[in-house]
Amino acid sequence: MSPKARTAPVPAATDPALIRNFCIIAHIDHGKSTLADRMLQLTGIVQQRDMRAQYLDRMDIERERGITIKSQAVRMPWALDDVDYALNMIDTPGHVDFTYEVSRSLAACEGAILLVDAAQGIEAQTLANLYLAMENDLTIIPVLNKIDLPAAQPEKYAVELATLIGGDPKDVLKVSGKTGEGVEALLDKIVQDLPAPVGDADAPARAMIFDSVYDSYRGVVTYVRVVDGKLNPRERIQMMSTKASHELLEIGVSSPEPTPTKGLGVGEVGYLITGVKDVRQSKVGDTVTNLAKPAAESLGGYADPKPMVFSGLYPIDGSDYPVLRDALDKLKLNDAALIYEPETSAALGFGFRVGFLGLLHLEIVRERLEREFNLDLISTAPNVVYEVTLEDKKVITVTNPSEYPDGKVSEVREPMVSATILAPNEFVGAIMELCQSRRGDMKGMDYLSEDRVELRYRLPLAEIVFDFFDMLKSKTRGYASLDWKADGDQVSDLVKVDILLQGEQVDAFSAITHRDKAYGYGVMMTSKLRELIPRQQFEVPIQAAIGSRIIARENIRAIRKDVLAKCYGGDISRKRKLLEKQKEGKKRMKMVGRVEVPQEAFIAALSSDDSKDKAKK
Amino acid sequence: MPSTLPLGDPAPADGLLPAQAAEGAAGRDFCLYVHIPFCAVRCGYCDFNTYTAKELGGGASQDEYAGTASAELDFAARAMSASGLPERKLSTVFFGGGTPTLLPAADLAQILRRADRLWGLEAGAEVTTEANPDSVTPESLALLAEAGFTRVSFGMQSAVPHVLKVLDRTHDPERVPLAVQWAREAGLKVSLDLIYGTPGESMADWEASLQAAIACDPDHISAYSLIVEDGTKLAARIRRGEMPGIDDDDHAAKYLRAEELLGAAGYSWYEVSNWARSEADRCRHNLAYWRGADWWGAGPGAHSHMGGVRWWNVKHPAAYAQRLATSVSPAAGRETLDAETRRMEHIMLQTRIIDGLGTAELDADGRQAIAGLIAEGLLDGAAAIAGTVRLTLEGRLLADAVVRRLLGY
Repeated sequence: MSPKARTAPVPAATDPALIRNFCIIAHIDHGKSTLADRMLQLTGIVQQRDMRAQYLDRMDIERERGITIKSQAVRMPWALDDVDYALNMIDTPGHVDFTYEVSRSLAACEGAILLVDAAQGIEAQTLANLYLAMENDLTIIPVLNKIDLPAAQPEKYAVELATLIGGDPKDVLKVSGKTGEGVEALLDKIVQDLPAPVGDADAPARAMIFDSVYDSYRGVVTYVRVVDGKLNPRERIQMMSTKASHELLEIGVSSPEPTPTKGLGVGEVGYLITGVKDVRQSKVGDTVTNLAKPAAESLGGYADPKPMVFSGLYPIDGSDYPVLRDALDKLKLNDAALIYEPETSAALGFGFRVGFLGLLHLEIVRERLEREFNLDLISTAPNVVYEVTLEDKKVITVTNPSEYPDGKVSEVREPMVSATILAPNEFVGAIMELCQSRRGDMKGMDYLSEDRVELRYRLPLAEIVFDFFDMLKSKTRGYASLDWKADGDQVSDLVKVDILLQGEQVDAFSAITHRDKAYGYGVMMTSKLRELIPRQQFEVPIQAAIGSRIIARENIRAIRKDVLAKCYGGDISRKRKLLEKQKEGKKRMKMVGRVEVPQEAFIAALSSDDSKDKAKK
Repeated sequence: MPSTLPLGDPAPADGLLPAQAAEGAAGRDFCLYVHIPFCAVRCGYCDFNTYTAKELGGGASQDEYAGTASAELDFAARAMSASGLPERKLSTVFFGGGTPTLLPAADLAQILRRADRLWGLEAGAEVTTEANPDSVTPESLALLAEAGFTRVSFGMQSAVPHVLKVLDRTHDPERVPLAVQWAREAGLKVSLDLIYGTPGESMADWEASLQAAIACDPDHISAYSLIVEDGTKLAARIRRGEMPGIDDDDHAAKYLRAEELLGAAGYSWYEVSNWARSEADRCRHNLAYWRGADWWGAGPGAHSHMGGVRWWNVKHPAAYAQRLATSVSPAAGRETLDAETRRMEHIMLQTRIIDGLGTAELDADGRQAIAGLIAEGLLDGAAAIAGTVRLTLEGRLLADAVVRRLLGY
């Protein structure tokens, strides 16, 4: 065992037998990034003085939330028994929304580290990703992390892991990413247990794009895993799906900073820069080949991810619409799941209907748009996709409540999910209560161990997209974990609830809900709006309606006083500035009929109660 | 004056004004405001620039203040003449605070004498001081009258003890009629200030205050809805839930009641919050603010205006005194308004007063808005046909909304 490789294998000239490609499967806070940090240090590619926590998490949002969204590949040298190896670590996201990114990372690897918190045991999402990895015939190295924690129960969870993947609890490695204990042994184990990549070095080049990032200085940076042949600097490459060709301006590996190389050979993982600025020319899942000597067949693309949740995104300042459009174009480059099309709202103006994999995905995209592109956005309440069959048998797909047909509806189908919830058994009652209130249908319950239970439910997707996970967490003091996957659809008694201000329908507030919940939504929204909309010079009725039937009503009384009592010499500048501010504020007002509604009211009405409280503080 | 200073441009140390200040100055009235930044106690609702300590030191202490303020008047006279402003007599002088009468009458007289020496007072000039009912005596009022003061404005606020307590006012309501009587005997005109809408004040309480004020038979009454300013003790108490917050509907109802009772007693409105017995009893100094006259504001935190140039002094009396001691302008910042901003200010201020605004002074969109405002009962239709934008009673309550619509905001 040697802490560092003395002569690191040179990229483009590395025998595939010396390469190990692996990823880490872990739950969000089970310490994957910290373990990666230790590996960077132990292999010597990041000097102690350059080290910062969660080195690989590039985006601010990732570091702030402590989660990894984008995968990135890092090449690290490691020596065992006097042989120098090259390890490629592909960092993977851990959240349920990002299963599709995990699947791409998995396809670029021969093995996976199954990393589990020794104090918490395996979580539902990790189970799902482990399943994916085993389906892909990846070699699994089970590892318990955080063994330095006082609450760690490595023996107990070693049995749990061994039972899951088959094997001996003794073979489960025990490490601490925090102290570094056991990490060297893990690096040795990667070399020993994981198969080396296999490919035909003489065949036409074929490399798989598993990630693609837009960099404002360098254009599109594409991450690839070479399967066959070799990619060389300055040669022309071809994207097999589009047949578009580009010159390779730079090819290299991340270790962990980008380092140009003489190329990438069989089994190697690295990045390509072609100077491409158009994000649609570097499609994740595509195969890269050599233009002069193209491969006959592509490697087979990835399944296109299917958006589950839709929301309207609108710039608060209407003139930012082109900025939003460009920003979405850029985000789409490294987010193949992001789909969008322009839409217009009478209340919110021009924006986009955007499809997301889930609510976290929505939040992250929104936050990136606001942070990286300096946009102020309103997002409408998220909704799922409904299939509405009219009485004339015509079927309409509704991704936006405003598309809900006015005519006679014979049935509405809504998407369903099958959900798996893991939690300590003391919370079973609370979880069942929550799932029932969300129209859930219990499918089964098993004890994973004496005190850990797996509950299986079939639930409407619409019931879990909004605040289900937050509720689950709060009802189980954070102990429950959730995984879900799409599970067909079902006919439900759904209705569209409209909100009317002074008789004018406000499209942004319309919602499709179960009939039993329509009244609750109507009362909630009308009372919220009564608080949020400032008084006008006339009375403003706020109504909630299903079709023409009013189900809830509130009134905003007419304003009776709008005058500053004192305006003397020293007040004039201040008063004028207030007036100028009101003039600016007026630009942020949306007119609904005669009613002036501040943007803030839309934002607050469309956000959950939770975030509204936060805003108040 | 509110204690937060606006954001502006730097003001030069020599106090020289931009050329714009002098343009057309000969046709504008010239007034003086003197800020006295001292109070015996700090009231919980007040965010004015005032201090309760007697000893602020370095020319900022109460006993040195008359000298320091006079030094600013000297500075003002020099700066104005060096900036090319014509010689003008003062048409009005106003001592505000704080509590000006916390200083000995002789000190106020000293400052007024200095102003008179520097500029002279017009014949019939209005010279007002604010006063607390419990900080005057028959003797002090007589002294003020003798020194040239013509008018005193008492901070009565309310006649109801529990309301005065919430406002932290220390005076005994019984003292107000006495103080008014002494002022009359000294030959001074009298104004009373009232505040309505204090947390816990009932409509009956408010009526009692109005009746008590009317019973004193003053020449002039100001009535202000209570404004809860950020950072005051009152704001904190409301935030903590110790007392109810401000209710605009209650304010509106009390304003209407004030108009009713004051009107019946022979007072007529001439500005949103001001009523006078006759045109001659209106406060000319305050009218000068709304009509865009020139005034120099002396004292810490005081604001000045000359021909579209507005500036304001540093806030703290010690910093203020220190500047003057070294002949540096006490101005903290200023702004030079362009024609469009001046037009907007003119509309904003002129709409508040009974003179109103010439319809011709509005742009086409503003004139277009008038019909709607008449239809909604906010503007006087007959006046508008005669060429003047004038608020109705309902319009006075919504004056800010009217201004925004006239400006197209």
